[in-house]
Amino acid sequence: MSAMKGWIDIGAVVDIPMLGARVVKSAVGCIAIFRTEADEVFAIDDKCPHKAGPLSQGIVHGRAVTCPLHNWVISLESGAAQGADSGQVRTYRLKVEKGRILLDGATLAASHAA
Amino acid sequence: MNVTVEGKPTANRKGAVDQPKPRQRLVVIGNGMAPGRALERLFEQAPDAYEVTIFNAEPRVNYDRIMLSPLLSGEKSFEQIVIHGDGWYVKHGVTLYKGATVTQIDRAAKTVTTARGITVPYDKLLIATGSLPIIIPVPGHKLAGVLSYRDLDDVQAMLLAAKSRGHAVVIGGGLLGLEAAVGLKEQGMDVTVVHLAPTLMERQLDTPAGHLLQRAIEARGIRILTGANTKAILGEKKVEAVLLEDGTRLVADLVIMAVGIRPNAQIAKDAGLTVNRGIVVDTSMRSSDPEIYAVGECAEAHGQVFGLVAPLYEMASVIAQQLAGDATAAFQPSALATKLKVTGINLFSAGDFAEGRDREEIVLRDAARGVYKRLILKDDKLIGAVLYGDTADGAWLFDMIKKAKPVDAMRDTLIFGPSYAGGSPLDPTAAVAALPDEAEICGCNGVCKGKITAAINTLGLKSLDDVRAHTKASASCGSCTGLVEQLLTISLGDTYNPTAVQPMCGCTTLGHDDVRRLIVARTLQTIPDLMQALEWKTSCGCAKCRPALNYYMIATWPDTYKDDGQSRFINERVHANIQKDGTYSVVPRMWGGVTSAKELRAIADIVEKFEIPTVKCTGGQRIDMLGVKKEDLLAVWADLNKAGMVSGAAYAKGLRTVKTCVGTDWCRFGTQDSTGLGVKLEKFLWGSWTPAKLKLAVSGCPRNCAEATCKDIGVICVDSGYDVHFAGAAGLDIKGTELLGHVTTEAETIEVIAALTQLYREQGRYLERIYKWAKRVGLETIRQQIMADVERRKALYDRFVLSQSFSQKDPWAERVGGHDAHEFAPMADLTRLEAAE
Ligand code: SRM
Ligand SMILES: Cc1cc2nc3c(=O)[nH]c(=O)nc-3n(C[C@H](O)[C@H](O)[C@H](O)COP(=O)(O)OP(=O)(O)OC[C@H]3O[C@@H](n4cnc5c(N)ncnc54)[C@H](O)[C@@H]3O)c2cc1C
Ligand code: SF4
Ligand code: FES
Repeated sequence: MSAMKGWIDIGAVVDIPMLGARVVKSAVGCIAIFRTEADEVFAIDDKCPHKAGPLSQGIVHGRAVTCPLHNWVISLESGAAQGADSGQVRTYRLKVEKGRILLDGATLAASHAA
Repeated sequence: MNVTVEGKPTANRKGAVDQPKPRQRLVVIGNGMAPGRALERLFEQAPDAYEVTIFNAEPRVNYDRIMLSPLLSGEKSFEQIVIHGDGWYVKHGVTLYKGATVTQIDRAAKTVTTARGITVPYDKLLIATGSLPIIIPVPGHKLAGVLSYRDLDDVQAMLLAAKSRGHAVVIGGGLLGLEAAVGLKEQGMDVTVVHLAPTLMERQLDTPAGHLLQRAIEARGIRILTGANTKAILGEKKVEAVLLEDGTRLVADLVIMAVGIRPNAQIAKDAGLTVNRGIVVDTSMRSSDPEIYAVGECAEAHGQVFGLVAPLYEMASVIAQQLAGDATAAFQPSALATKLKVTGINLFSAGDFAEGRDREEIVLRDAARGVYKRLILKDDKLIGAVLYGDTADGAWLFDMIKKAKPVDAMRDTLIFGPSYAGGSPLDPTAAVAALPDEAEICGCNGVCKGKITAAINTLGLKSLDDVRAHTKASASCGSCTGLVEQLLTISLGDTYNPTAVQPMCGCTTLGHDDVRRLIVARTLQTIPDLMQALEWKTSCGCAKCRPALNYYMIATWPDTYKDDGQSRFINERVHANIQKDGTYSVVPRMWGGVTSAKELRAIADIVEKFEIPTVKCTGGQRIDMLGVKKEDLLAVWADLNKAGMVSGAAYAKGLRTVKTCVGTDWCRFGTQDSTGLGVKLEKFLWGSWTPAKLKLAVSGCPRNCAEATCKDIGVICVDSGYDVHFAGAAGLDIKGTELLGHVTTEAETIEVIAALTQLYREQGRYLERIYKWAKRVGLETIRQQIMADVERRKALYDRFVLSQSFSQKDPWAERVGGHDAHEFAPMADLTRLEAAE
């Protein structure tokens, strides 16, 4: 598991359309990587807390995404459902270096253990 | 009803039979904003006291003159600025003579007579003839193309002249002149403002604010010449140029004179009433003849004449009370505040702001933000204020000016406004909450905060429209709308549902129709431009407004707009319908429900090849493959394309299906080729985006086996041709269609349907099905535009054809060809990495 401990290069920021998302497949399930209008990148589980809708397919606005199945709004920062709905998805640590997105292998591993 | 010629009253007299004692006859000359308000108030207090007759020189009902500028710039339509529609006159038994000018008042006989000789007796007379625009009598002032800015006719003439996109010169840089200049610029004209004084709006603004305003107006591409005196207007038959005193010659196709107004008091003078600048009235609003009242801009009270609605509405209330029998009501003018109604420029001035020895001033400048504020104090009281750039505190300051209370205690922080509390600014709602109950919110109508909150609480008001209807607040120039909404929020909390006001979503206060009009009026061509120009409250919108805006852009600029995939719901982005398990369904077009062995074979092969779990006939006469994995979509589409099939757009707010029956091809009752027409319609309409989904059907006879009479658009073939129906529903609502009209040829049927589709595309609000749109705008107006107005139909048809030339591309083929490739593959696969460990 050593390679999973460090930072894992999953691709370039520009591979994600602005206000869009891409999916990374992992052993813990699909992770959705979002790019906001301000060019920030976030990683959260691609699984809506409501009925497991694929959040990567939703509409991105501000630092949130609207789920494509029943329109829950999920915060990209905290993974929490906004407004009247309650629910939580996992968020993943990442950093951006020279335009590349590096996912924290440790958070992946931690979720393994969980 | 609706007769506009003189001599034919618009409304019937109510209660002529069962009215026991004869009512007093009240005759009103002029149908502007002031008498309109007086009558409203009178009918509230004494609904049956008078039998009212109105003469109006303008051939129309009472409308909001203040809103002529938004009308000119394209932000509003005439229907939106009508104050009293025809129905109001009927309801109150008012007889309105439209296009009827009163030329004589006979005080001895107590009658008035119009230019065409109609004479009507009165018990009480109300003169409300408003003002006349001042025309400077320079040579050439009578040439065609020289207009004033006072009524709807002026605006219509300006809009017509603006079509040439030529040069306009506006003489006068006051409120009206600047609003006209901005409106004409929005309409595409090249505009120059010629102003005599050294700074703009010098009567309302001090010099620094005047300069800031000049810069803001110039930034819109309008040329401004100050200290400029007009010498002559040049031209042969119509205006060609304006010549200034210094020899400058300005090319002009249109000249607007907006140099001021004077009270229109001639008929009163002729009748021997006391007239000074205006018709002189006492505090009860009576003229020198006690049976005759005057109201509005034509009246002179306390030696003053008025040119803003706030004091005129106060006069109107006094008259209503007097007429209703309250002899104590008295008019007392209060301080005035002015705002310029140009979207994007905020300025406010109130009270007295001249400099003087006995005065002190507090000034705040923030050049970077373009903010300037100046407060004028005298004897420790606030007497005037000029705000530019940030006018949020206007209401609060104006309240303080009117109250004339000493302000020494708060002097240090006064200029930061009520939101300054102990160092950190409050949010705007809290600032409004902090206002006292007597603070005036709506300057035009003189409505204070307490009255609005009381109305919200006691009458259970829920929306901005409710508040407008019951208190008049925000019902005139609209610049206090934000404050009223904040009061609704404060009073109702979460139960205040701003969608009742119909903003598009929480990101804006504008409704769908306003946004659509502004897209055109201000040539907004991208979503970020629009959000900037219309001051969106969020950085990039939300899942509600973005899809709507994307549609409005496509519908408005079909040739230049670049579709924004990220503003589309997933189904429209990947051209398939997402299912509950995250897989997709794929529905190819089957034109008119007709298929072939080749197509069926291809579908069968695909289902086997990709192990698609379910194949099903849809309710729309075609085949659905359900449960396709996202990564298989491209390959499935490639195979379908190979067999000649394209996307059925089963996911689109756009053309869905055209169902047909077998028609004359096979059926013994068929009267026309319903299958063929259905196929033609689908091949003509496919690919078009519409406000909501669009479904058609064509039945070969009135037995209607294709169920055409519950579709968005349906055709029933008959022996003599085609009955075109529309506005049916069979989903969440069930509703039979309405007949649009009858046509005789297939070609005409297609033209009518394309024109109808285009009209819906242009007017429908996003997600509004045809039947809802039709209910909102009226079936008759749609019939009128499509069936009666052949020219209009042709123009709509042409616009539809143009738009189709850009939209009929199979989205599946595009994606198979590599478009949006990122949508269909994961970014990285870490499972392999992990497996390798
Ligand atoms: C596939 C189909 C059912 C079937 O198996 O037959 C279907 C499936 C869906 N319909 Fe439908 N409708 C289908 C024919 C209809 C019909 C019948 C017709 O078209 O003649 C109606 C009634 C007519 C009408 O349009 O009003 C119909 C009225 C609706 C409505 C109610 C719309 C309304 O404004 O009242 C919705 C909900 C909506 O659009 O918001 C809806 C929504 C849906 C959605 C898109 C639900 C959703 O949002 O995911 C379903 C998608 C399933 C999928 O992924 O394929 N479907 N739906 C039919 C596809 C027709 C086609 O070939 O394109
Ligand atoms: C473009 C524009 C923008 C404005 N913006 C603002 C603003 O932002 N804020 C503000 O407070 N005010 C504004 N005003 C001023 C405001 O509109 C007027 O103060 C108000 O409309 C005056 O009302 P009134 O009833 O006195 O007269 P009017 O509304 O002028 O009505 C007079 C009516 O009487 C009719 N009439 C005249 N003579 C006769 C006759 N002999 N017989 C029959 N009918 C006759 C006329 O045709 C006219 O319809 C604006 C005005 C204009 C033109
Ligand atoms: S009726 Fe339409 S929306 Fe409802 S379950 Fe069936 S297909 Fe889905
Ligand atoms: S699954 Fe996301 S809102 Fe229902």
